[in-house]
Amino acid sequence: MDNKADNDQSEWLRQRLREAIRTRHALCISGGGSKSFYGRDPEGEPVNTVGHRGIVKYEPTELVLTARAGTTLNDIEQTLDGHGQMLPFEPPCFKSCATLGGAIATGLSGPARPYRGAARDYILGIKCLTGHGEILSFGGEVMKNVAGFDASRLMAGALGTLGILLEITLKVLPKPAHEITLVFESTRDNALMTMNQRAGRPLPISASVYDSERLYLRLSGTEAGIEAAHRQLGGNIYPEGEHFWDDIREHRHEFYFTDGPLWRISVPPATPALDIDGQWLVEWGGAQRWLKTRKHIDDVRNVVSSAGGHATVFRGGDRTGEVFHTLPANLYAIHRRLKSAFDPHGILNPGRLYAGI
Amino acid sequence: MLTAVRRILPEQAVLYDEEDLHPYECDGLTAYRQRPLMVVLPETVAQLRDIVRLCQTRQVPLVARGAGTGLSGGALPLSNGMLLNLAKFSRILEIDPVNRIARVEPGVRNLAISEAVAEHGLYYAPDPSSQIACSIGGNVAENAGGVHCLKYGLTIHNILGLKVLTIDGELLEIGGKCLDSPGYDLLALMTGSEGLLGIIVEVTVKLLPVPESARVILTAFDDVEAAAKAVGDIIGAGIIPAGLEMMDNLAIRAAEDYIHAGYPVDSAAILLCELDGIEAEVEEQIAQVRDILTRNRAVDIRVAIDQKQRKLFWAGRKAAFPAVGKIAPDYYCMDGTIPRHSLPAVLKQISVWSDEYRLPVANVFHAGDGNLHPLILYDANQSGERERTEAFGARILELCIAVGGTITGEHGVGVEKLDQMCSQFDSAELNQFHAIKDAFDPGRLLNPGKAIPTLQRCAEFGAMHVHAGQLPFPELDRF
Repeated sequence: MDNKADNDQSEWLRQRLREAIRTRHALCISGGGSKSFYGRDPEGEPVNTVGHRGIVKYEPTELVLTARAGTTLNDIEQTLDGHGQMLPFEPPCFKSCATLGGAIATGLSGPARPYRGAARDYILGIKCLTGHGEILSFGGEVMKNVAGFDASRLMAGALGTLGILLEITLKVLPKPAHEITLVFESTRDNALMTMNQRAGRPLPISASVYDSERLYLRLSGTEAGIEAAHRQLGGNIYPEGEHFWDDIREHRHEFYFTDGPLWRISVPPATPALDIDGQWLVEWGGAQRWLKTRKHIDDVRNVVSSAGGHATVFRGGDRTGEVFHTLPANLYAIHRRLKSAFDPHGILNPGRLYAGI
Repeated sequence: MLTAVRRILPEQAVLYDEEDLHPYECDGLTAYRQRPLMVVLPETVAQLRDIVRLCQTRQVPLVARGAGTGLSGGALPLSNGMLLNLAKFSRILEIDPVNRIARVEPGVRNLAISEAVAEHGLYYAPDPSSQIACSIGGNVAENAGGVHCLKYGLTIHNILGLKVLTIDGELLEIGGKCLDSPGYDLLALMTGSEGLLGIIVEVTVKLLPVPESARVILTAFDDVEAAAKAVGDIIGAGIIPAGLEMMDNLAIRAAEDYIHAGYPVDSAAILLCELDGIEAEVEEQIAQVRDILTRNRAVDIRVAIDQKQRKLFWAGRKAAFPAVGKIAPDYYCMDGTIPRHSLPAVLKQISVWSDEYRLPVANVFHAGDGNLHPLILYDANQSGERERTEAFGARILELCIAVGGTITGEHGVGVEKLDQMCSQFDSAELNQFHAIKDAFDPGRLLNPGKAIPTLQRCAEFGAMHVHAGQLPFPELDRF
């Protein structure tokens, strides 16, 4: 276990933060930098957490792993793999330098998300530095814990605006014994319908993508279970399945190559195809759709809003505007008050999530 | 105040007579009782909003109550406060089988959701033992679990949206039918917030397909340690059962007397292990689990032959609390959660203390996720027994913290575990909780005095968080 004391930089980080609080200087928190494109343009003096690394605790039979924020996702996944376990939410790395802290701060999840849950669903506890300059622990190392407000899950996707993540405890799961990918030729409407109908049946589906020509379904489970499910579903086995899902998760699939903005659209999964010109890749059973379009930001958001969803400028585009869907006034007010509850001086990644947060 | 309330609500929706207030003086934690100023039963969000605004103007505290089945006193009224009974918010507003969600009002019973969507082959997964009676609003407020949460998660993992009325009368729409929402994860923050941040007026729940096959194995052991080890071995083998529950001898006998489930009454412990999924997969896993159980010295392994027997095996477990209620005048249910590997040692310590305090304990656990429910048997009419029971209970919770666990896995802090919160969290952490509360309810009118202790209370309790190296229980090095 890589829990050497010299890899524990929490005290150094605390001093750095306290100095920033004293001088009222904003900090721009970073890890490996693999997701530095995400969110609004950062401001503030850089503070980096990659030195604060190491798996602090891992007990395979407890299904629990605790690691410092700067630990790379690669290191964690290798360790888990050694015991036949995995991070069930398949966080995208984008680069090999990606850290656990970044995965939780961005709250991003991969292809398995609709079937196994998101990054936030697997958080059991968090140790963090808030804008008060204190190291606080929330949650714990056990599967069920309702003592105190759920401040640990609140950190997922908060982009470091509520605290500098120091240590994260996650629930992990055994890797499925067997996996196959099925492929079907399909029209867009038919693919959306199929994904949702299949998800309403007890089948071991663990990922789904429609690339405008073919529908791909991944099945995970025991060999006998998958064979039975394959008989029910039909379709051909896609031999390159494993690479395919890695490429989807890591945005290496050719769809993602673009000079223009890449949108992430989140809608109720069975929402019919949205009327926005551009190229689409449908994931998560229809609940997450990637869009390449030159349409104006307001036009995209209006269409998505009326479908009951929200739209994020994931990569590219104008990073000084609101890249995340604008909040209604009463929710924005709560965001402001929560921000100031954790970070009264506005030191932590100000403006990264929303202007004024 | 009464005149003002009557301008908002019809006469029968306002209760203030002693005898009308009586049924509301406690929730499922009957040891704590308090009559409220009045009870109101609004029917519409507009009425509720007017009541909330009135309370804010007059600075009257508000306690929301669902079915009143909570076990930590979260819905205990305040003598100077209004009790909001949300029972009339009992409509299922929408069932959307294609998107696999249901939109319901907070007073809808947990089980009623699954019953309403059964025709679509869907169900709502979290199943607290009180699911026949408990309401979904209360489930969200407490982040309720159940016997199937090892595989399917807690309430937080099974809801997608909330509508929440704030103390300012603002209606917040948090999440919806999407898998995520922009900004902070307010859905997580609201879940388990015990009515301190807002009043839940609508819940969007996620529905899952009913598994093709679900089979349960009932296994008897001659000693508790072997049963505990079998639990670790099943999970270590890469199997995540839908439910994995343990009961000790006293709990087995109580449940058997009450339900006649066919439990082996002479065994030291039983394990109930449910496996679900595709039929072929379930059969494969049953064979694997059987092997593991046999290797762990199981003395009797029975796989339920049909759905009727499966339901019966579970009925004993789900009725464990009332069953224990039959064998003692009173019982006190604890809810600590611990890392699973500490289970045998913690059980041994509880049994030592049980002798010391001269109070029997029946143990029921969600073994798969380390959530203990020791039920301390006592008689409130015997002088000093209640105090002894509470002291014993508090020691069990301190022990749970000492082995790296928590004071509450699914029942909530309420009024009951405020002192132990002082042990689990330090003053900076408690201050942060108060700051979160203030961000929603700066006047502290929503369920004040519950869930998060004041620092003053902790100072008086004299048990501020003890840091590593100075833990209580110096005898615990064997853990």
